[in-house]
Amino acid sequence: MNISREQMLRLYTTMLTIRRFEERVAREYYAGNIAGFVHSYIGEEAIATGVCAHLDKEDRLVSHHRGHGHCIAKGADMRRMMGEIYGKRTGYCKGKGGSMHIADFSIGMLGADGIVGAGLPIAVGAAMASQLEKRHKVVAVFFGDGACNEGEFHEALNLAGIWKLPLLFVCENNQYGVNTHYKAAMAAQEITRIPEAYHIRNQSVDGNDVLAVYEAAGEAISRLREGEGPYFLECMTYRWHKHFLSNYLPDLRPQAELESWKKKDPIPAFQSRLLNQGILTVEKIQEIETKIATQVEEAVKFALESPYPEPEDALEDVYSG
Amino acid sequence: MREITYDQAALEAIQEEFRRNPKTVHLSTDVPLDLQAEFGAERIRGTPISESGFVGAAIGLAGSGFRTVVNIRMATFAFVAMDQLINHAAKITYMFGGQAKFPILYRMTVGAGISAAAEHSISPYSMYMNAPGLKIILPTTPYDIKGLFRTAFNDTNPVISFEHTAFGNLKGEVPEYDYSIPFGQANIRREGSDVTVVALAKMVYEALAAATELEKTGISLEVIDPRTLVPLDHETIKSSVRKTGRLIVVDEACPTCGATAEIVSLVTTDKSTFARLKSPPVRICGLEVPIPFSPPLEKHVIPDKDRIIRAVRELVSEPVSEY
Repeated sequence: MNISREQMLRLYTTMLTIRRFEERVAREYYAGNIAGFVHSYIGEEAIATGVCAHLDKEDRLVSHHRGHGHCIAKGADMRRMMGEIYGKRTGYCKGKGGSMHIADFSIGMLGADGIVGAGLPIAVGAAMASQLEKRHKVVAVFFGDGACNEGEFHEALNLAGIWKLPLLFVCENNQYGVNTHYKAAMAAQEITRIPEAYHIRNQSVDGNDVLAVYEAAGEAISRLREGEGPYFLECMTYRWHKHFLSNYLPDLRPQAELESWKKKDPIPAFQSRLLNQGILTVEKIQEIETKIATQVEEAVKFALESPYPEPEDALEDVYSG
Repeated sequence: MREITYDQAALEAIQEEFRRNPKTVHLSTDVPLDLQAEFGAERIRGTPISESGFVGAAIGLAGSGFRTVVNIRMATFAFVAMDQLINHAAKITYMFGGQAKFPILYRMTVGAGISAAAEHSISPYSMYMNAPGLKIILPTTPYDIKGLFRTAFNDTNPVISFEHTAFGNLKGEVPEYDYSIPFGQANIRREGSDVTVVALAKMVYEALAAATELEKTGISLEVIDPRTLVPLDHETIKSSVRKTGRLIVVDEACPTCGATAEIVSLVTTDKSTFARLKSPPVRICGLEVPIPFSPPLEKHVIPDKDRIIRAVRELVSEPVSEY
């Protein structure tokens, strides 16, 4: 695979940034400082990182409720993300969306949808726009295994297929819809059988191996840019937290399974590899950690110091002018 | 002035917009062939019967800078895509803090009267009135649909156009010059002095027929067509009621939580208008049943001119109450 040292360092840094951001969000959530629902991306960082490394600003992305990683990997400002997660006026959505609904249209991040599968038809439309613009831009839509049993998912595959849209389907198969294993929920048993039935090129990769994701996404996206039609990438992974952060939601997944997946943590594996190749050094790792810690700290500080919206702001933005 | 049909007027508005703005897309299962011949199959795109898919695609197109017209055909089919319409189209501008605009025109037909039975007959506008973020238009003439579409094409929000199935071939005067009809501006279809009749969709014509007949007996109806439900022209309705002192609201949708309830409420909760009422407002609505197939049954459940006439006669013969 053709990948530069700089790119490898960027992949490492992005994954680690998502991890540290999410760790901090979880800490603040459990400390009672964040309201509502937070769906943690910890464990799945390699996917957003490997895919978004191939997207430029004019490529679009549609995300879902577990969307912080996609935002960071697409280049969103962590301060405004944290502002949103804290419900502050300075957040990306002025505090009207929260953790589940972060969007930054200025970087092609068309937002996170909290209804499972619902982002897929929206991504179809975004890909139609890219196709009509004829500038070889693509759209990546992220969704989980749970979305694959929704009707909107099947409609989106069909539409992307018949219209040969430049749409990359990225299935983050973390294997559970809340507590239901995907094999108990899916007659096809293997997710790639579904795009196969729709005659959409597809591949399943280790979603905890950032280079595997990077390589597969790179090939898929270059084909998309050439107008070869949609591509379906399944990334096998596992989430470390419960469906959403909660003291009450039960986690019915086998503990041993969770532990075994934690051993497949995408970050240390990649770090060792970079150390072995001399791309990273212990000092460099520390430098990156310090930089990220500062950024996350600044994001939290920004959120804390930002004002809440005024009550009357509730009436704004129902319609655009 | 030239006369064209309601359907032609709608298509003409779309055609003019597509000529003006190249970043426009039309999605529908039945392709308007004339438009496709002019603008190509990419922009005038035929879709599979996949309502959630193409209703949602319009949102993605809009968020990416394209204006989209989606012809869903019957309003009953739109229920298939309710997630996209309510959870996304209606909420997305607000939920993302107004950082993007979603210019979409969703068209769907409403109403009964063609023995299409329950799954192809409904007037569900009040359900959508309950979802902030949508604008709702209810054009009743060729002139209105063209002028309201023109306004929809200058709007940056999702607009739903509810078009009665009976209107497609309705002919009317439509000027060749460019014009628009603002949202939130009711049309006083007929001026009168005894009773204000606010009628929706096809009921506008039943109310006008009733007015013609009642005129012979010396009863004068003022017939108001709101034309848009969101925004709704409160002022025209209230000032008419202040003049006549009597209100009848007619709609073929069910009464419960209907647009008629909203209209009665805006009158009765307004102190100065309420004070001028000579009698309690009356609602004439479709009966509280799914629309039946058999022609006599269907006719029975939908209001008509005769029900309006009976209600008016009863209303004006009542002694004026003392509030």
